Amino acid sequence: MDLLNALVALTNFVLIPAIAYGSQLALGALGVTLVYGILRFSNFAHGDTMAFGTMVAILVTWGLQSMGVSLGPLPTALLAIPFGILGCAALLLATDRVVYRFYRAQKAVPVILVIVSMGVMFVYNGITRFIIGPDTQSFADGERFLMNARQFREWTGLAEPLVIRWTQGITLVTAVIVVIALFWFLNRTRTGKSMRAYSDNEDLALLSGIDPEKVVRVTWLIVAALATIAGVLYGLDKSFMPFTYFQLLLPIFAAAIVGGLGSPVGAIAGGFVIAFSEVGITYAWKKVLTYLLPESLAPDGLVQLLATDYKFAVSFMILVVVLLFRPTGLFRGKSV
Amino acid sequence: MKKLMMATATAALAAGGAMAQSDEEVKIGIILGFTGPIESITPAMGASAELALSEINESGNFLDGQTLTPVQADSTCVDSAAATAAAERLVTTDGIVAIVGADCSGVTGAILSNVAVPNGVPMISPSATSPGLSNAEDDGLFFRTAPSDARQGEVLAGILESEGISSVAVTYTNNDYGKGLADSFVASFEEAGGEVTLTSPHEDNKADYSAEIGALASAGGDALVVLGYADSGGKGMIQAAADTGAFSTFMLGDGMYGQEMLDDLSDVLEGSFGAVPWSQGEGAEAFSTLVNDTADFDPDSSYTRESYDAAALLALAMQAGGEATSEAAAANIMTVANEPGEKILPGELGKGLQILADGGEIDYVGATGVELIGPGEAAGSYRYYTITDGTFETVEFR
Repeated sequence: MDLLNALVALTNFVLIPAIAYGSQLALGALGVTLVYGILRFSNFAHGDTMAFGTMVAILVTWGLQSMGVSLGPLPTALLAIPFGILGCAALLLATDRVVYRFYRAQKAVPVILVIVSMGVMFVYNGITRFIIGPDTQSFADGERFLMNARQFREWTGLAEPLVIRWTQGITLVTAVIVVIALFWFLNRTRTGKSMRAYSDNEDLALLSGIDPEKVVRVTWLIVAALATIAGVLYGLDKSFMPFTYFQLLLPIFAAAIVGGLGSPVGAIAGGFVIAFSEVGITYAWKKVLTYLLPESLAPDGLVQLLATDYKFAVSFMILVVVLLFRPTGLFRGKSV
Repeated sequence: MKKLMMATATAALAAGGAMAQSDEEVKIGIILGFTGPIESITPAMGASAELALSEINESGNFLDGQTLTPVQADSTCVDSAAATAAAERLVTTDGIVAIVGADCSGVTGAILSNVAVPNGVPMISPSATSPGLSNAEDDGLFFRTAPSDARQGEVLAGILESEGISSVAVTYTNNDYGKGLADSFVASFEEAGGEVTLTSPHEDNKADYSAEIGALASAGGDALVVLGYADSGGKGMIQAAADTGAFSTFMLGDGMYGQEMLDDLSDVLEGSFGAVPWSQGEGAEAFSTLVNDTADFDPDSSYTRESYDAAALLALAMQAGGEATSEAAAANIMTVANEPGEKILPGELGKGLQILADGGEIDYVGATGVELIGPGEAAGSYRYYTITDGTFETVEFR
């Protein structure tokens, strides 16, 4: 019984939140890694791209809600995602046309593009705040719990509750579908293959007749889709505030770099590594250990490695360690 | 030569100021944060204090017909240097005899130690609630008509006792208010024999509080005491606690009292309870009537009652001392505020002044039921409520 209680507590407070958070980070990191692999720069505007796409989806969600549209137990925001992607794609393509293409034509070095993307970040930042404001917005509706604490306790008779929220389930399912679709696209379709070719060797790809502008456009479209989906899932699961999306930039970049920049598999693995480290290191293990250890060894303190306020420090530490010892990341991406 | 002329001009000006002071006019400083984070509530507070002064002037009973003149200054609520400079100007240039203010705890402490104590000017704050001010070195010059959060800590501990809960986890918003309130609550709860499993701060405006709740859940407890803000981190903590099934009973501090949060989380909060400062009874009613008849601000706006009482107490204390000086005000505030004596409600200040002039005694009740205890701060009455069917239901006042 104690073992089961320990497992349930662990699942409830570590596994489920970390899996949901990891999926959100993985989708974000995929966007960063695609831009890095194909367009060859670190896109600092990615967090605010997510915020913009999510904002469009939120506005559409409010519209749908006021028209009385709903998905039953599922959040209405799922219906709004395609509109969010369209809005986000329009913004990214316009930015590419106005800003990035100029530097691409000049064959600017990556570090210049990084600085340019920071400028773009500030502009996106301003646009989002100008339209929806800097405050927290809630747009989740539908059922909240797939299984709530009381149901679980009655069902199993355990002391510890296990709660699964709809948004956590949706996050995982959506992430799996999106990742499968993305890999199918990159590995099986002609456009996907031309993207990978362009990423591997730009000159060779151009010689074999691949249209570079088309590759760039498709990349931005996919990045818009990934960013909006990641953003909406994060907003549904937690809450939407432009500033927190900007802050997400750090764990997302940490995930992409840990996995290996430019490697899609690495981005996913990195997302989960970062999420599990953040949650695991800031979790107070007292409860789990009290169940597992004999009474004489039960801990008095909280057994918490770092206070929750230092969550972002975990991403930083992992980032530093990886860059020192394995700059290409776990999956042999490009060295940074 | 030029310098000499400047100096002469300055001296003449200063002398002019000093001359003006010797009139039959008594100046009271009103130092509130007219700019800054609480600028939305300070205009009503200032108007309320001035209402008390004009009521006294109209009665004509204050020290044989002398008049009280309010002089406003900006405390900014957050900038101690600016607040100190403003208060310094009121004392040295305007020649005020007493201060109504300041508002926020931080600037109030700064004005007290840098201006009020060195110059011997008494001050009554209508809204500084930090427990730290109770022990500040004040030479008997500092009073407040708002209760200290130390008192709220005791009230909250008492409520837990009535609810039969002996083990709680505490989370507070990570600032002076949250920390002060959490410290005083934990101290009085542990003194009463309760167990606090963990006291942990939370930051406001985060997207996700599940990690914070994870630590609190690990520590355990029968209820979670939330000392934060209803429109920010406090609400997020409750949401996260409900989402993970970590806690189902919550006790809420005064910052958590808000209808909006209750509407959003009504099923989660069902059966939870808390406390909020509350004025009730004839004093509060008399104040509402007075304001609606003679002024144009909202009598239910935060700390307007306390502001009126602060200004009234200063005038009554000077009347009791028989002279319009800082010493008279400081020495008599406790006497006029507490029993024994005739009870004085808002709108009856003229009557109170007359009684004092005739050598009688008064017990100023005012808009908040003033009762100054300990180092000169309001005892404060709190409304103990439970949440039933999505509404705040009063259990009792304590």
